[in-house]
Formats: sequence, C-alpha cells, structure tokens
Amino acid sequence: MDTGNLLLLVVVMVAVAYYMGRQRSMALARPLGGIRHLHSLPFYYAMRAALWCAIPALVVLGLWLVFDDSFIRTLVIGGLPADQLPASESARGLLLNQINNVASGALPVDSVSPAVAAAAERLGHLRQISTMALAVAVIVVGMLGAAWGWLKISPQLRARQQVERVLQVLFMLCALIAILTTVGILMSVLFESIRFFGKISPVDFLFGLKWSPQIALRADQVASEGFFGAIPLFVGTLLISAIALIVAVPVGLMSAIYLAEYAHPKLRAFAKPALEVLAGVPTVVYGFFAALTVAPFIRNLGESMGLDVASESALAAGLVMGVMIIPFVSSLADDVITAVPQSLRDGSLGLGATQSETIKKVIIPAALPGIMGGILLAASRAIGETMIVVMAAGLSANLTVNPLEAVTTVTVQIVTLLTGDQEFDSAKTLAAFALGLMLFLTTLALNVLALRIVKKYREEYE
Amino acid sequence: MDNASTLNKGQQVRRAANPLQAEGKPPMSNEHPYPEKTVGAPFVDDPKMRMRDVDVFYGDKQAIHGVSLDIGKNEVVALIGPSGCGKSTFLRSLNRMNDTIDICRVSGSLHLEEQDLYDPKMDVVELRARVGMVFQKPNPFPKSIYDNVAYGPRLHGLANKKYDLDEIVETSLRKAGLWEEVKDRLHQPGTGLSGGQQQRLCIARTIAVSPEVVLMDEPCSALDPIATAKIEELIAELSESYTIAIVTHSMQQAARVSQRTAYFHLGHLVEMNDTDTVFTKPQHSLTEAYITGRFG
Ligand SMILES: Nc1ncnc2c1ncn2[C@@H]1O[C@H](COP(=O)(O)OP(=O)(O)O)[C@@H](O)[C@H]1O
Ligand SMILES: [Mg+2]
Repeated sequence: MDTGNLLLLVVVMVAVAYYMGRQRSMALARPLGGIRHLHSLPFYYAMRAALWCAIPALVVLGLWLVFDDSFIRTLVIGGLPADQLPASESARGLLLNQINNVASGALPVDSVSPAVAAAAERLGHLRQISTMALAVAVIVVGMLGAAWGWLKISPQLRARQQVERVLQVLFMLCALIAILTTVGILMSVLFESIRFFGKISPVDFLFGLKWSPQIALRADQVASEGFFGAIPLFVGTLLISAIALIVAVPVGLMSAIYLAEYAHPKLRAFAKPALEVLAGVPTVVYGFFAALTVAPFIRNLGESMGLDVASESALAAGLVMGVMIIPFVSSLADDVITAVPQSLRDGSLGLGATQSETIKKVIIPAALPGIMGGILLAASRAIGETMIVVMAAGLSANLTVNPLEAVTTVTVQIVTLLTGDQEFDSAKTLAAFALGLMLFLTTLALNVLALRIVKKYREEYE
Repeated sequence: MDNASTLNKGQQVRRAANPLQAEGKPPMSNEHPYPEKTVGAPFVDDPKMRMRDVDVFYGDKQAIHGVSLDIGKNEVVALIGPSGCGKSTFLRSLNRMNDTIDICRVSGSLHLEEQDLYDPKMDVVELRARVGMVFQKPNPFPKSIYDNVAYGPRLHGLANKKYDLDEIVETSLRKAGLWEEVKDRLHQPGTGLSGGQQQRLCIARTIAVSPEVVLMDEPCSALDPIATAKIEELIAELSESYTIAIVTHSMQQAARVSQRTAYFHLGHLVEMNDTDTVFTKPQHSLTEAYITGRFG
C-alpha cells in the first residue's frame, strides 16, 4: 500500500473514531439525563478519540518515512561481501545509486556484477517488507489509539481541557514552522555570505565602486578578475526607490486625504478597495508596462527635448514602481487620518478654521507618525521589488544618479547571478547571498522602524 | 417604564396646576404633554442672539422642535435636560458646527445681533470666530501649549508680529486662569496637561480669537470636582466680557453659574426663566419632575 492510500486510510479511521466517540458519549449521557451531565460536550469526546487515533498513527508514519530509507541502505551495504565494499564515502554513494537503479529497472541486471545484482534484489525485497510493515504498524497504532480514546470516555473525563491543550500545541507548532523557516533562510543566507566574505573582503564589497562579477569559471579560462563593489547596485536601488517615492508619496497622501476627509462615504467604500487593487497587480505586468510603454515614451519625449535617454532608464522603472506602491502609502495614510479623533477636527473648525486649514494644521501633523510608517513600508517594498527593474531598468551597473541612464539594482543582480549554470561555490554565486543579506538587513531595519512608528502613534490617542 | 408613568402623572398635575394650558389648545401630542408655547420668559430685550422656531433634523429624525429663545448680552444661559434631549444639537446650531454633519438640517431664524446665521452670504469662518465653542471632552491639539492658544489668532491673522502674538497668548492664558501654571512650559505639548488644565487651555484657545459668544457643551463632565470648581469660577469671570451659553447635566452647576436656565425635553424647550425661578418655582410639571430628580 503506498503512502497516499495509507494517509487516506488514516483519515477514514479518524472519522470513524470521531463518530464512535460521539456516539459513545451520547449513549453515556442518555441514562444520566442529557449531555449537560457530561463534563464536556460530545464534540470534545469525539475530538479526543479522533486525536488519539490520528496523532499516534501520524507520528509512526512520519518517523517511518524519515528513517526507513537510511535503515534499508545500511542493511543493503552491510549485506555486500566485504571485498566488494568500497572504502570511500562517495564511492559507496555511487554504488548505492547503481544498486538503486538496478532495483528500479533503470539499469539492466546483466550490466552489473552479480554481487550488485543480488544487492539490488535484496533492496527491492526489503522495500516491499518495509511498505507492508508500515501499513500494518500505522493501522494497528491508529486502531489502538482510537480504542483507548473510545474506552476512556466517561462523564467525568475532562475532554474539553485535553482537546484545548492539544489544539493549542498544534497552533504553536504551526507558528513555529513559520518562524523556523524565516530563521532557516536567514541562517543559510548568513553562512553563504560568510563564505563569500572569505573570498572577497567585506571592505571591497561594501565600499567598492565597480560591479562586474564575471570571473573565470574554469581554471583554464583566461582569468578576468571580478569586481564585487556593491555601491553601484545600492545607488541604483536608492535612485529607483527615490523616484518611486517621489511619485507615490504625494499621490498616495493626497488621495488618502481626499478619501478620508472629502469623499462621500459611498465613494470611499468603492474607491479605497479599488486603489488597493493596484497593489495586487502582478509585478511582471507592471514590468512589461514599464518596458513596453513607459520606457519608449520617456525616450521619445527626452529625444524630442534633445536629451540623451537610454532605452532602459531608471526613470521608467521608478515611475511605474511609484504607481505600484501608491496603495501602500494611501491605504495606511487613510487609516491613520481617519483615526485622528473627531474632537480635534471639531476643535479646529470651531475656531473658524476651514476644512483644508484643519487638514494642514491639525490632521496631518497629528497623523504624521502613522503616515511616515506607511511611507517607510512603501520604501521597503520599493527596495525589494525586482520584476519591474529587471524589465525596465536594465542590467548595467552604472554608478550614476542620472535617472535617464540605465542602472541596476541589488535584486536584479541577485537574479542574474543565480540564473544560468554556475559553480555553486564560486565567488560569483556566493555574491548573491551577500547581496541578499544586505537587502534583507536594509528592509528589515526599515520595517522595524515603520512598525515602531505606527505602534507609537496608535498608543497616542488611547 | 418609569419615564412613561412619570410623564402621565406629569400630564395630570399640569392640567390641574396650569390654568393657562387647561383652557388653551390641546398639547402637541398625546404622548408628550409639551406646552404649545415655552413656559416662563424665554425672551429678553435687546438680545445678543435671537432664535425663533428652530427645527433641527438628522436625516428624517427631528431632534429639535420649534425652539425659540433669546440669549441676552453678557449673560450666562444654562441649557439643561435629560440626555438625548437635544441640548448639544441646539448649541451646535448656534455656530453652525452642525454643518460638519452631512445629514443635519437646521431651519428657523437664528440671529447673532442683526446677522442671520444661516444666510447663504454668512461666512462660517467669521461666525465661528465670533461664536466660539468649548467641547465636552478637552481636545487640545497635539501641539505645544503656546501653539494651541496661538492657533486661532494665526488663522485669523490677529497678530502681525511675534510680540503681538505673545501678548495674545499671555492674556488668553491669564483670562483662563492657566498662566501661572504653564508660563514656564509654554512650549511643551498641551496634551501633557491634566484634564482640568487641558479644558482651561481649550477655553484660552477659544477666547484668544476674542469671540463675542462662547458656547460650552458640558465643559466639566470629564473633570474632577476641584477642576470643575475652577472652571465654574472662570465662567463667572468670563461672563463680564463674553456672552455664554453652557450645556450642563448638573443642576447644581446650572444654579451656580447661570443667570437664566432653559429646560429641554425630547427636543422641545419646555421652560425658560431666571435660574432662581426655574429651580425654586418651576412652572411646568416636566421641569419640576426633572429638577426634583424624578427622571434625568
Ligand atoms: N450626528 C448625529 N446623527 C444622528 N442623530 C444624532 C446625531 N447627534 C445627535 N443625534 C440625535 O439627536 C438627539 C439629540 O442629541 P444631543 O443633542 O446629543 O442630546 P444631548 O446633548 O441633550 O444629550 C438624540 O436623539 C441623538 O440620538
Ligand atoms: Mg450632549
């Protein structure tokens, strides 16, 4: 029985356990005069029986799947005649692969030595036994668990507390998975970066002005030495993000003011989600919009004014990215502006201020921290954005602040470094991790700052 | 409900005790025994503000029913009544703060001296500079004490030089009885003051634009007794230079600070008279029921 079917069977057993648990608790309740004489609702007894069935079965299944393969391998290798056993670890791996291939039928049996053929046969045999044993073990454990859960049901059983406890642990495990994944990613990036800094000095990386990561792939190639100065990339990133913010902050802020202060509630109810859709457009769509529409438009416009514009320019990417992050600014700003208490508006209006004076002198200053938070979140989004830049801003690492020239950004370089065939421990590939680490730290800092500001602001009116 | 029985009792008492009404027209509705005309003396000679037949609607719901009253020069008028009877609504229509509520409509004639408040040509900015307002909850702006007081004068261009502005700020704070407490911390945030100080700051902020009338909507309801006493003292002083209309839910407060008192009931002005008369010899049974604590 394969694992999929086995899982299905477990589900069926759990359902049965649930049903039986429910029936038994109801049956116990009946002579007592109704379910209110039970300690917990029948649902909890049923849940408890189901959990008793599911958890042991799944634990057995999981452990088996994890250890089964290496256990069988050890058995197979151990079964080989001593003179056939290769000494080195890697040769042993190769041999195992060979045995594997024979067993799965990818290699014809007569192309290998008889010892290997025998081992392959044993491997297949062991696998069969293992699958059978697994099925039996899971079913038996699941049934025992369910039976235990079912038998223990009594009016005094504190099933509710027990189920709550288990669910709590389950939720915690899920939260843990998310956290551990983040930590894991961070660790792997960190370790690879450390390897990178073993090859290239951090000073060259952080302060170098030239980025040209082309290095010899093989020892016999003419070695062109790579340059790993990250400054042009960060300048490019900042340039494009700055252009994006120059677009997004005024537009976002003013539309937020309009929505929060002037728009009719009905219009607001429609316009706010509509604006937020902008954030949901896939960035690749923005990317080709930037590359195919905005960039040529800017170039033609520039040429008609006698300016020299590259066909891929920071301006095009920045403008489109600005449009993309408008909702980050407007949505948050709208929230904080609406959160400014009505009493402050009344106070200002009551002194004879007009609505726009009130907005300018009372509401915006009061909401400023929250607005800043929104802008920082938008900025960290802009810095991390890749697709638009890949498509519209180009790949050449120019160190320039001229928005009409092509620039490249950290994220774009990470993409180019890692696409194509590379040796995994070359400085070129490892550089991607170092860039990733820098980027991560930058956006993390921005996010932390933004969240702090927003939080501090929230507390102010409470 | 208790209220309903009180009303019914009130109706009988009124019929017996008030010969004017007994032979006059029937009451406006059978459930609410309101007098056809406000009982007492709602009008004065040469008033500061003159309101006639004021109706206020929130959407389809009428919150004020044909209220007519005068507010005399340099007098303190108290508006009292059970909560939800429309005191705030009426007060807010006196400087058109109700304009900020979309569904709110005001009709009738409301005059500040000879000017019609709801004349299309009336400038709300100017009106609110002449009729200032202090709110129920102290609402200083999240700015410095100085900037709070200077807010209005700056808006209306009342001071040309920093020196003039400083002077306005100081006089306003002195009049509000706050100067001694804050003169060393003018540039600290106004939100850092205690509740009572904040409310006096709001009063200073209001009088900094030299209004003629000051409207106060339960200015002490968020304050402790000591802070309340200070504000009441302040109101007495301010009445020398300003006309004041104050909403309060405390009858003692109305008795202490006001010269005339208006009693509102479910959007109707039931009775208005000298404060002493209202509290010692109420003419209408509803007023009597309210001031003797039978409902409220
Ligand atoms: N913004 C508003 N929208 C709709 N109805 C309102 C609004 N403000 C007050 N009301 C209604 O008008 C009536 C009078 O309210 P209000 O003037 O606040 O009473 P008071 O100040 O005497 O307690 C109440 O029934 C209240 O529900
Ligand atoms: Mg009120």
